[in-house]
Amino acid sequence: MSPRKWVSGQAGRLLRLPLAHLPLAYLPLAYLLLFYFYPLASILALSLAPQGWPDLTSLARLVGSSYYLDIFWFTTWQAALSTLLTVALGMPGAYVFARYRFPARSLLEALITVPFVLPTVVVAVAFTALLGPRGWLNATLMRLLGLERPPLDVQGTLTAILLAHVFYNAVLVVRMVGTQWANLDPALAEAARMLGAGRLRAFREVTLPLLGPSLGAAALLTFIFCFTSFGVVLILGGGHYATLEVEIYYRTTRLLDLPLAATLALVQIVVVFGLMTAYTRIQARLAVPQPLRPRRVTQRRPRAVGEWALLVAALIPLLLLLLSPLAALAERSLTVGEVGGPAHYRALFANPRGSIFYVPPVAAVRNSLLFALATVGLSVTLGMMVAVTIAGRGAMKSRPRRVRLMDPLFMLPLGTSAVTLGLGYIVALDEPPLNLRTSPVLIVLAHTLVALPFVVRSVLPALRSIQPQLQEAAAVLGAPPWRVFREIDLPIVARAVAVGAVFAFTISMGEFGATSLLVRPQFPTLPVAIYRLLGQPGVTNYGQALAMSTLLMLVCTAGFLLIERFRVGETGEF
Amino acid sequence: MRKHVIGIVLLVLLLAACAPSTPAPPPTPTGPRTLTIMTHDSFDISEETIAAFEEANNAQVEIFKAGDAGLVLNQAILSAENPLADLLYGVDNTLMSRGLEAGIFEPYESPLLAQTPDHLELDPEHRLLPVDYGDVCLNYDKGWFAEAGLEPPATLEDLVKPEYAGLTVVENPASSSPGLAFMLATIGHFGLEGDYTWLDYWADLRANDVLVTDGWEDAYWGHFTYASDGDRPIVVSYASSPPVEIYFSGEDFEEAPTGVVVADGSCFRQIEFVGILKGTQNRDLAEAWVDFMLGRTFQEDIPLHMFVFPANENAALPEVFARFALIPEHPAQVDPADIEANREAWVEQWTETVLR
Repeated sequence: MSPRKWVSGQAGRLLRLPLAHLPLAYLPLAYLLLFYFYPLASILALSLAPQGWPDLTSLARLVGSSYYLDIFWFTTWQAALSTLLTVALGMPGAYVFARYRFPARSLLEALITVPFVLPTVVVAVAFTALLGPRGWLNATLMRLLGLERPPLDVQGTLTAILLAHVFYNAVLVVRMVGTQWANLDPALAEAARMLGAGRLRAFREVTLPLLGPSLGAAALLTFIFCFTSFGVVLILGGGHYATLEVEIYYRTTRLLDLPLAATLALVQIVVVFGLMTAYTRIQARLAVPQPLRPRRVTQRRPRAVGEWALLVAALIPLLLLLLSPLAALAERSLTVGEVGGPAHYRALFANPRGSIFYVPPVAAVRNSLLFALATVGLSVTLGMMVAVTIAGRGAMKSRPRRVRLMDPLFMLPLGTSAVTLGLGYIVALDEPPLNLRTSPVLIVLAHTLVALPFVVRSVLPALRSIQPQLQEAAAVLGAPPWRVFREIDLPIVARAVAVGAVFAFTISMGEFGATSLLVRPQFPTLPVAIYRLLGQPGVTNYGQALAMSTLLMLVCTAGFLLIERFRVGETGEF
Repeated sequence: MRKHVIGIVLLVLLLAACAPSTPAPPPTPTGPRTLTIMTHDSFDISEETIAAFEEANNAQVEIFKAGDAGLVLNQAILSAENPLADLLYGVDNTLMSRGLEAGIFEPYESPLLAQTPDHLELDPEHRLLPVDYGDVCLNYDKGWFAEAGLEPPATLEDLVKPEYAGLTVVENPASSSPGLAFMLATIGHFGLEGDYTWLDYWADLRANDVLVTDGWEDAYWGHFTYASDGDRPIVVSYASSPPVEIYFSGEDFEEAPTGVVVADGSCFRQIEFVGILKGTQNRDLAEAWVDFMLGRTFQEDIPLHMFVFPANENAALPEVFARFALIPEHPAQVDPADIEANREAWVEQWTETVLR
């Protein structure tokens, strides 16, 4: 045995001792069991086997119907197309944010994350303001071209759905890929170019494979989000289109047709699980431990005019699509109605009718932040445990099958119909000590379910790229495993953890994946306040809803900027 | 073995952490009792009104909101064995049959029913008692029609005339409650059979470029010319929308800026009910709440909080409603049992005709 092998063997044994065993995963697994599998199983059992034995008639209804086959097909291809467009638009952004330092960089990075938190109804209002028949774009084109009628009509079209999907998900690509790209050693691609490869070839054969894990993660999350898309398809699709999730929602809430809804929900879960399992396999193979470089080495200011031009050209489509709706909303909040100016903001602070459900803006901000911070805390803690267990330690990167299975398991909530799970909570969590049906704690638990996969997906590529020699060297030098983790792994993955935390924060602030089943009027949040205001006629309500949406955008931007500043330890440069 | 022990310990800890930190104190004869009411997201009333009930009955009222009326009713049905609340408010006549068939309500013949008109009482066994009603009707933007030099629509039939092409926005009955109500109005008005059925009407509307949205919010704030950047001057909304527009504008109007089509059979009346949930531990308090809800204090507070009309005939309307609200005399009629039996088929036929 060579000395090197011996050292790595010893180190591997040392490292494996406490961390490599499953106990670290017990807590997240217990959480998943109690707040995902148990409620889900309860509602599925109630729906599919109300008398105790499974009733297969709804399955038969599905199999024999071209209607559901069409829905399944549409769900799949629109998700695939949305993912392609999102990646195409997001990659140039990821590159620019990874490699260049330029003015207002962190602000822009925070702003492009804001779409993620906006309620779909509000986004629809912004899209109409920009792209509607009397919207900004049509008005401009009519003036420029001297047209009588608006030339563009995207209302209720597939284009509107795709645009909205890119609008919501582009940040996934920019952030997840960007984080890995920023630490990628530029010398690798430069070496390829030195050896005669063109720019494109160096990118295709060196950079792209190295970015594989995070690009795959971002694309997968985008696909799952678009596959289970609901609000966007319903509201922007004008009723012409239906995804599986739309059909589940309709069957559940309108018809109380639980058997069919549950069967469709199962189809969704199976598809996501299959995708995830395939992806996990590929990802484990794609991940290459590599010498990571700190950001101060990889990032620089653009030098020549050409580089500035490239930067602007890469950013413009992204910023145009992501930021113009935000600007339109903020502008409307100041100009709508007779009063204009900050009047709607002032009106937010008054409760002229003495309503019991009046939401003071300060309380809405506070509740939203409390839920979001609790979600960040819980999902980062649990997510780190999961990621470390899955990634494995030291030389022993190959993991037993049951550990590999954990990865897709924690992704399942993303592919699960929110309304099905929401009813599961009502059915399952009705007895002490788990009597949480009306408790605000349930909101955090549910948000964490959606946030957890983001933390895992963000952290895992970073953990996997750590070179085992570093951990082994520390272990051989006598560092106990927790110290290896703190001194080696944590500084390297800190940046990825921050990205995961940003997503967790976003998901909770925007109540992504949570339905109105999970609203507690005693603890109104910003989205709840927005919906309340939009639910009644009267232009002042509309103005206040837009003002409240602008407030939501501001709070989120501030939150993102703060989380980005927060670093674990001293080494914040990775 | 050891790792399993750790796992079990963690699990127990987690369970313990999830338990409510302070168990509800056992009801004492002196302390206020808690009364829980589950309802839809649109429920609203003033703090004073709730306080009046709490004081008079030594009670604490908790409101559990969980989605729209359909979703709330479904949750009540699913949790029938371990009810989420003492009462459910907000089931309307399009949903009442489902609630009654599920057997989740206890009958209570409130003495205040004497003050409600008979046509609002749809359950002869008094398991669901009418609280308020509102009419879903076409609204139009008066300013737009004046500017265009076009007569505003006066009937449902007007919408399919060529001069009204591309002017109307409606909500999808599959996802929206006013959308469903308006579809029912057309069923009541044109009928299911004959030379010109409701589906013929919708086929003509489609040919006349009707726009369909997912819900009321998007129709009104996204497409209605009076309220948005949209280009549709006719929208399916409520008969009470014009007075509400005036109320929230804070201005002094001579007449409402939007109009309502109230011709016979062009509107659908949504009646909202309250019912005591089977298995309540607070039957007497729940009865007191029903009486309170049907009484004048609560009833007179309804219009400016929920923008619908009180069921109690003795309740006075707020000035803005009295001056500007129109109540259709003969809304379209569809039997609640027929609605429950045919909802799915009708919505499917509608979707087939209008969207596919």
